[in-house]
Amino acid sequence: MDFISILSIFVLTCFVGYYVVWSVTPALHTPLMAVTNAISSVIIVGALIASAAIGIGGTGATSKWLGLLAVVMASVNIFGGFAVTARMLAMYKKKAR
Amino acid sequence: MEGLAQNPWAALAYLVAGVCFILALRGLSSPTSSQRGNRFGMIGMTIAMVTTLATHFDFNKICVTAPLDDPTYYDRCSSGGLTDALFVAAAIAIGAVIGIVTARRIKMTDMPQLVAAFHSLVGLAAVLVAAAAFLNPVAFGIADADGVIHQVSRIEMGLGVAIGAITFSGSVIAFLKLNGNMSGKPIMLPGRHVINLATLAAILGLIAYFLTDQSPWIFWTVTALSFAIGFLLIIPIGGADMPVVVSMLNSYSGWAAAAMGFTLHNSAMIITGALVGSSGAILSYIMCRAMNRSFISVIAGGFGGDGGSSGDGEAKEQRPWKLGSAEDAAFLMQQAEQVIIVPGYGMAVAQAQHVLREMGDKLKEHGVRVKYAIHPVAGRMPGHMNVLLAEANVPYDEVFELEDINSEFAQTDVAFIIGANDVVNPAAKTDKSSPIYGMPVFDVGKAKTVLFIKRSMGGVGYAGVDNDVFYADNTMMLLADAKKMVEEIVKSLD
Repeated sequence: MDFISILSIFVLTCFVGYYVVWSVTPALHTPLMAVTNAISSVIIVGALIASAAIGIGGTGATSKWLGLLAVVMASVNIFGGFAVTARMLAMYKKKAR
Repeated sequence: MEGLAQNPWAALAYLVAGVCFILALRGLSSPTSSQRGNRFGMIGMTIAMVTTLATHFDFNKICVTAPLDDPTYYDRCSSGGLTDALFVAAAIAIGAVIGIVTARRIKMTDMPQLVAAFHSLVGLAAVLVAAAAFLNPVAFGIADADGVIHQVSRIEMGLGVAIGAITFSGSVIAFLKLNGNMSGKPIMLPGRHVINLATLAAILGLIAYFLTDQSPWIFWTVTALSFAIGFLLIIPIGGADMPVVVSMLNSYSGWAAAAMGFTLHNSAMIITGALVGSSGAILSYIMCRAMNRSFISVIAGGFGGDGGSSGDGEAKEQRPWKLGSAEDAAFLMQQAEQVIIVPGYGMAVAQAQHVLREMGDKLKEHGVRVKYAIHPVAGRMPGHMNVLLAEANVPYDEVFELEDINSEFAQTDVAFIIGANDVVNPAAKTDKSSPIYGMPVFDVGKAKTVLFIKRSMGGVGYAGVDNDVFYADNTMMLLADAKKMVEEIVKSLD
């Protein structure tokens, strides 16, 4: 992908985000933050690439370890973020009657 | 850019993952569809992770490693083998255990701290990924064989590491303030605006210089300065402005992911980054609007630490006010047709949400209509009060937003204020010199009776402004800990 097509995806998604987020009900703003937290950990993709790469010499090995550390952090966020969102959303109930 | 010629199927899978993330947020438009939305998010994340693992790990492949004595040679093989996969699996498992245990154990009142902590992890992960990409650029397909990083990638990487580092250190400070490890009071350094602007200029200047020179010192200086400015930006911001700060850091964590998405040419990361970035930005805007403050003035900081700054210079005269008891409150509410409950951060501190719902149930047994009114900035993060009430099993169709319920106070018998103060202060409408002037507030004074739970007559809210509601003829002050007072009211309702 060239830079312009990436930029197009980015700009268009900003607009999608604008409309989608305005339609989120204010009652769910806390779960919104928790779930955006979880999905922004898609950065784990970069961490996995770093962990997969075979590095030689000093910097290559460091890069790999940094990648693994990033995998741990992103996983905390992914699993924790989705779990806590699910826990919160399960509490929102309508009137029993 | 051919360095990162992606498998077209992988590119497609990342796009699908991105679409799942859009659907995840879309689901939050109503509580009924929200759980399905969350599942879309999980599916999207699984697709993104599996795709990366499938394309970057190859157990049969034997990588030809370079001769170790040749320092200019970068290894071209970017596929991991079995050992790497085991390490990755272990890393994911460690993260998963920590994440799930935390998510299960966390108290709902501590949600703002948890979100701040999670933001800091996204920020740090972004810094680590950017650093990994800088140290081994060939593996990321962003450099030629000699290890010269593409210029556009340098900019993206520089921005990614800067935003990530700001997100990290800023969120750590926000966490410490929210968790009470650090005072909520603004900490004002002399000349902080000059220091901040100079640091910001230095970061941008260095990123620009990074274009021409990819020396490590530039990269690491940008990182260090960004850590510093994240710290400097958040310490002068007071506790009451935390909803804006948390939303803003949410936005930054998105932009950091987007910047790394640009570096890695990964559509899932770019879509997510843009979504999260705009989500946080919109939440910050909503919070600022609900306080009638500009984003700049919140970021400039210094607002809302303790009650020290008296709005009016002259000594406050002692004004008469009425003290009520739990029995009085119970009696008044039993007789009412409609009661509107206005909760605030004090309810969260006192953990009074469960007993409050009990009180609501008792009142309903007496035929009283009970509604809850929530101000956008009540609590320490957007939607904080809604989650606490939902936790206490308050049905969400009894909970109303400011603009939907404010006109009802005139037809309401009792407005019951628990742990809120500034959001019911009429000075926001009448007193131009008040620091909260222009902030939309609940017209609780229009109700026949106002019951105001407050610990004592001393403190005056986060904005440090006196509240005329305390002294109004139709107000009865209930001075006690919120939870104890409501417990007593429940007892008197039997």
